[in-house]
Amino acid sequence: MKRHFRVWRGDAGGGDLRDFEVEVNEGEVVLDIIHRLQATQAPDLACRWNCKAGKCGSCSMEINGKPRLGCMTRMSTFAENELITITPIRTFPVIRDLVTDVSFNYEKARETPAFAPPSGVAPGDYRMQQVDVERSQEFRKCIECFLCQNTCHVIRDHDENKPAFSGPRSFIRAAELDMHPLDSRSDRKEYAQASQGLGYCNITKCCTEVCPEHIQITDNAIIPMKERVVDRRYDPLVWLGRKILRRDQLETRPAPSSVAAPPSSARLPASAAVGPDGHMDIAELTAPLQGGPSPFGDDLTFPIAPEELLYNHPDKGNKP
Amino acid sequence: MSTTIERHLYDVVVIGAGGAGLRAAIEARLAGKRTAIISKSLFGKAHTVMAEGGAAAALGNVNSRDNWMVHFRDTMRGGKFLNNFRMAELHAKEAPERIWELETYGALFDRTKDGKISQRNFGGHEYPRLAHVGDRTGLELIRTLQQKIVSLQQEDFAATGSYDSRIRVFQETTITELLLDGDRVAGAFGYYRESGEFVLFEAPAVVLATGGVGRSYKVTSNSWEYTGDGHALALRAGATLINMEFLQFHPTGMVWPPSVKGILVTESVRGDGGVLRNSEQKRFMFDYVPDVFRKQYAETEEEADRWYTDPDNNRRPPELLPRDEVARAINSEVKAGRGSPAGGVFLDVSTRMPAEQIIRRLPSMHHQFKELADVDITKEPMEVGPTCHYVMGGVEVEPDTGAALGRVQGLFAAGEVSGGMHGSNRLGGNSLSDLLVFGKRAGEHAAAYVETLPSRPKVAKVDVAAAAEVALAPLVRPGGENPYTLQQDLQAVMGDLVGIIRRAGELTDALKRLQELRVRVANVGADGGRRYNPGWHLALDLRNMLVVSECTAKAALEREESRGGHTREDFPKMSPEWRRINLVCSLEETGEVHLERKPVPRMRAELITLFERTELAKYLTDEELSDVEAQ
Ligand SMILES: Cc1cc2nc3c(=O)[nH]c(=O)nc-3n(C[C@H](O)[C@H](O)[C@H](O)COP(=O)(O)OP(=O)(O)OC[C@H]3O[C@@H](n4cnc5c(N)ncnc54)[C@H](O)[C@@H]3O)c2cc1C
Ligand code: SF4
Ligand code: SF4
Ligand code: FES
Repeated sequence: MKRHFRVWRGDAGGGDLRDFEVEVNEGEVVLDIIHRLQATQAPDLACRWNCKAGKCGSCSMEINGKPRLGCMTRMSTFAENELITITPIRTFPVIRDLVTDVSFNYEKARETPAFAPPSGVAPGDYRMQQVDVERSQEFRKCIECFLCQNTCHVIRDHDENKPAFSGPRSFIRAAELDMHPLDSRSDRKEYAQASQGLGYCNITKCCTEVCPEHIQITDNAIIPMKERVVDRRYDPLVWLGRKILRRDQLETRPAPSSVAAPPSSARLPASAAVGPDGHMDIAELTAPLQGGPSPFGDDLTFPIAPEELLYNHPDKGNKP
Repeated sequence: MSTTIERHLYDVVVIGAGGAGLRAAIEARLAGKRTAIISKSLFGKAHTVMAEGGAAAALGNVNSRDNWMVHFRDTMRGGKFLNNFRMAELHAKEAPERIWELETYGALFDRTKDGKISQRNFGGHEYPRLAHVGDRTGLELIRTLQQKIVSLQQEDFAATGSYDSRIRVFQETTITELLLDGDRVAGAFGYYRESGEFVLFEAPAVVLATGGVGRSYKVTSNSWEYTGDGHALALRAGATLINMEFLQFHPTGMVWPPSVKGILVTESVRGDGGVLRNSEQKRFMFDYVPDVFRKQYAETEEEADRWYTDPDNNRRPPELLPRDEVARAINSEVKAGRGSPAGGVFLDVSTRMPAEQIIRRLPSMHHQFKELADVDITKEPMEVGPTCHYVMGGVEVEPDTGAALGRVQGLFAAGEVSGGMHGSNRLGGNSLSDLLVFGKRAGEHAAAYVETLPSRPKVAKVDVAAAAEVALAPLVRPGGENPYTLQQDLQAVMGDLVGIIRRAGELTDALKRLQELRVRVANVGADGGRRYNPGWHLALDLRNMLVVSECTAKAALEREESRGGHTREDFPKMSPEWRRINLVCSLEETGEVHLERKPVPRMRAELITLFERTELAKYLTDEELSDVEAQ
């Protein structure tokens, strides 16, 4: 059966959505369709992939606006006549077609202090209980697809926050080491707060939502780290204050940029649900879920209508 | 097109960022050498990430009777005695240290009750031996090594102010040619995938850790990276390949739905209680236990089932036979018309364990089937069949150092790209430990080799220019042939004619077709420019796939017996005479593959006495046996 696809093609100099009619067979995933396009209509269509089994985290893309792995998105999940639009992940500079420059994530990983082995314990003498390693193991499931990084509104369309904010992938790394039974550093949380920009995170949970490994990034890593950082740094009374004040009023970090919507796409990167005072809602108190409203805006539902989908090159005069 | 070429100077260049490459790089850096790691994909995405089951090491944590000698025995048995015994010995002895070392890098393996590293059962291993993390052991391994490299870079940053000062990762960079100075390695030439710009690494020592060749097959668990680059680079540099006829077809690849055909269902599904059934619901593996294994495997379903809880007093289920046996059995069942609808057989855990237990023990399998195939493995059986998985053959190396044999010096190889360690068939779990053991050795000896050199070999300008021209050729060839079509045709030849069951006529035919393909590959073209152009990249990979396929086909035609990953319908028996012979490929000046026979090294006396005479009698010639007895 032939189906209609739109794929963003271009490079750092610009580009646009191109239309393709492609054969689709039963049981296929979006990555299969990309491969068929390469083999038949667009041999130089750039796209990363390796395992085709959701294990390597290479094939991250945005499918009908939603950040996903191409190899784990079955064609049968779309309605029969649904137009399928594929764009590169937006938070990182595009290199060509669906391939983006994700070096940001590797740089942040390199800044996070490595595992510090316990002194005096010889290799082979490490003893740990399964229950104790399980907490860190959850985070070590991460396949580094960077979909969480791509989705997090602190840096999505906000390059200016990138130097100070390491993103959810880095937070789970810090949490993993923090919970590692034998790691000999005790300042992982403080580090996350002071150097990774944990304070910018207002637990919107969007990272958790897109994680293909279903890692509970917010609940199991970010929130515990925040709580305990606060526990250690402030007395319990101030802890209450945390719930009332905006996080960056509590900490001495520079405030995250105000989230004025830059015209970077047909679908405006919705103002991250800030109130008239420019502050985020105090999510923990008012929202039905812990964690706040979607940074895409509450009125946005996926999939997004095809005519609203567009990928505008961030460097092509689309900057505010 | 620009012709400027970026140059880098290193002491050791490691090509490949999988387990073997990363471990080698760590060792070279620890030896104080300036080290580069080069990888076709992003850092941390190499094939090793896909390994599921575990890493085999005789830690003795679950069964204290396990030790290196038992592991050595299992490895030799699995490889049908064709293994390089010295490699198998080093591997069995050193694997535990290498695994424990990972814990000091931050790895978190699953634990036993007393807090040690837990070990699981796997086909061909006598005791539970595979250190594992759920079913994502490869991910843990690669992430751990990746993070160790980061930690070394952090040390270097503290010392020198630059993360890259002593060890640098060049990701999405493909090496297309090794450059020599006489017979000495002088450097490596390649391109950045992102920009298409060329890059030259000048280095006296190169470690190949490029993995396997599976992309030449239609049904494969391997990714696009597995085009046999390292094998081909070694050949062109004057090194030799051994055992190229031995390819492992993993018995249980997914066969449904078609798009995921080939993707692996880990062996631990069987190790944890999964059973194979044909369309008549029969557990057919009981009918396929070969004589050499008869003593170690259960004869009734009852005994087999008791083994899961009481392995000391029962024999193991035949589902856990070595992979080649299982693959052949499935192939026979399907051929006999007792296959599943999609042409495989059924692998069932759903009737064997409660759902929660399945989800806990096989989380990523559960996830994979759910997401990819819409099958709930806690409720229904999976459909599986053989898929091209691993190449036992590879660069012929000196066992202790990993140095490539043949004319060339300064070239080392480790991991799947090297040959000899696994003989005619690799046991599950022996690869991840192989990567660590021989990766470390290759890194160490590459560094030591650099020390011995009086002066650095020099890269010749003409060689660089020639390499650049070869690389650019497909882009400037008007009306060249489509690389994707060529790849499909190559896959068809290899899959249909040099597949799991082989015949002389078909192999001869395959060689003829490969010759024809060679002419077409020489005329391959690529549309588009140099920036991240997958068509161009494939066009360049094709010549590697082709030459490696030729080696496989030639060796497969030559070896007139069936052993491990090489099954000849016209020679169905294992022959003791052939066990003494290794087939070695090299490249002639003209570019033709040259095949020669070489004797398999003889096992040292103290190792051979680890086996019972009755077992040796299954593999050795009478002459060899009387030699053994004389000792
Ligand atoms: C699905 C699956 C499951 C497996 N499960 C297990 C298991 O449970 N236990 C086990 O022991 N083994 C298992 N194996 C086998 C094992 O994973 C591999 O044999 C092993 O990971 C190979 O590692 P390596 O370091 O040799 O190479 P790889 O990890 O494959 O790395 C190769 C590297 O070389 C690079 N490269 C290749 N060519 C070039 C070039 N021209 N220029 C630059 N870089 C290049 C690639 O980019 C890559 O970084 C499994 C394999 C598969 C496919
Ligand atoms: S919870 Fe929201 S703000 Fe915090 S890291 Fe995740 S996506 Fe970013
Ligand atoms: S945490 Fe999840 S979404 Fe983020 S990089 Fe890891 S696997 Fe991807
Ligand atoms: S290709 Fe590996 S996650 Fe999609």
